[in-house]
Amino acid sequence: MKEEKLLRGDPIAGGTAAGEVLVSADPINFYMVSPEKGTIIEKNHALENQVIAGKIVVFPIDKGSSVVQMDGLYQMSKFGNKPAGFVVLDLSTVLVSNAIIMDIPLIRMGQADYGRLCTGQRVKMDGDSGEIVFLT
Amino acid sequence: MRLTEQEQAMLNGEFGPGFARAMRVLVGIGKAFGAQRMVPISRGHISLSNQEGDLWFVSQMLEEGAHCRVPPTVNPAYDYEYFKTVSQLDGENERILKSTIDVYRKLGAVLTFDCTPFFENNVPRFGEICSFSASGGAVYVNSVLGARSNREAAQSAMCAAITGVTPEYGLLLKENRAGDVLIRVEADAATEYDYELLGYCTPKKMGQAYHQPVFEGLSPQTTAEQLMNLGTQLNVHGIVPMFHVAGVTPEAPDVETAFQGRKDYPVVTVTDEDLAQARREISAGAGKADFCILGCPHLTIGQVGSIAAMLEGQKLAGQLYIFTSTSTRELARRMGYLDVIHAAGGEIVINSCVDQPCWSHLNGMSGVTESPKCAYYTKRWNMAFTVKSIPACIQSVLKGEIVE
Repeated sequence: MKEEKLLRGDPIAGGTAAGEVLVSADPINFYMVSPEKGTIIEKNHALENQVIAGKIVVFPIDKGSSVVQMDGLYQMSKFGNKPAGFVVLDLSTVLVSNAIIMDIPLIRMGQADYGRLCTGQRVKMDGDSGEIVFLT
Repeated sequence: MRLTEQEQAMLNGEFGPGFARAMRVLVGIGKAFGAQRMVPISRGHISLSNQEGDLWFVSQMLEEGAHCRVPPTVNPAYDYEYFKTVSQLDGENERILKSTIDVYRKLGAVLTFDCTPFFENNVPRFGEICSFSASGGAVYVNSVLGARSNREAAQSAMCAAITGVTPEYGLLLKENRAGDVLIRVEADAATEYDYELLGYCTPKKMGQAYHQPVFEGLSPQTTAEQLMNLGTQLNVHGIVPMFHVAGVTPEAPDVETAFQGRKDYPVVTVTDEDLAQARREISAGAGKADFCILGCPHLTIGQVGSIAAMLEGQKLAGQLYIFTSTSTRELARRMGYLDVIHAAGGEIVINSCVDQPCWSHLNGMSGVTESPKCAYYTKRWNMAFTVKSIPACIQSVLKGEIVE
């Protein structure tokens, strides 16, 4: 595999991940998931019924109360269905704490670079340096 | 971010792995939001949820030798001893609940199991820096008391309680506490229920880009219960860590002060028709009132007293559960309210939140509540809610069918 092209954002939660990009137009509530299937179950969500397990999930921001998303991510992790990494436009305290606690690399990107990420691309992300590399 | 010698030592693991983990989370948050330093907190409140993820995190902290340097109060789970007498409880859920209580106690949390700590046991003064999770609690201490807290996650609030510090960003800084949108209330908001409707419809009207509304046109006599209802419901369909009410809340003697001199804010008007529309959206419903659950957030002694007055000498057709704090229930007993409510067939329940696995006995039934939040968060339990004012809820459960 040859590595080419590089995007850079703010490193928020450390660790590295490689996998397929899945872009969500909507904010995600990680409580509204099926832990067993690793899917989003929220009705009318941009990613309804799509698998986020093992993916580099790209979404504007999270949503939901102060506590429930932690449980959703914990349950996904218990079933081996944790997302591999997060790339976002905006941060909430809840998302930052959850990513660090659940060991999910998290990068915040500016609008321009964020917009270059498309569903189906394969990337490698480094949550310590803030770098995302396209894999071809 | 600059850390003190002690904070750096915690991060390096010199206080043990639990303190190191807690500090790592806080440093991560600080970096994410551009904090320059940590600041000490003097109070904390944690939205204990009694879910497996909650238990997993606090258990890990305890095993790694952490304890709370600033003992936080905690949100309710459910009163096992009471609910086992009225419902069928699941054994696995019992294990999670008992473990959760045990771990929080061992970490040094104060087991208040109350979602209105800002009325008793954990009342910050103006300007006091704290770490409150639970959206209803954070918004109240910021808006009504003028204390300074970010809208914490349960886990970040626990990390702050453990280390005694929190990163300085967001609402801890005065310049970030200004309003960003003016809500001109032309509606006649008079009752506690009107404030729930106002809290329900405001996020929809102002849109997702705004998070710190300044209300203009509300009564200078606005009560604590009304402000609590407003703050709680603003956070059901919106993210509102702080609001101002001109002439009522401490950082808003007037509109200009609330905006800290900024003049370019958008203006949104809320009319009687908006409240009526909200009422139609959430209060539509006729039919049976098999049960009534009040107290999301927990009711005050004044509210409990008004309910007792409505129930004097009456018999309930449906089941009535009134949620409040331990001390409010004791006060209600002393005042004679509890006897009146018992005689009518109702109960005052402590330590409990409606969004907990303790309602199997109401499966498939229909009921009423005063709280849009309660109706929203209980969608995963098999029971249907119609939202009404407290007086209408009581009239409904007295008759066993929903009345206006």
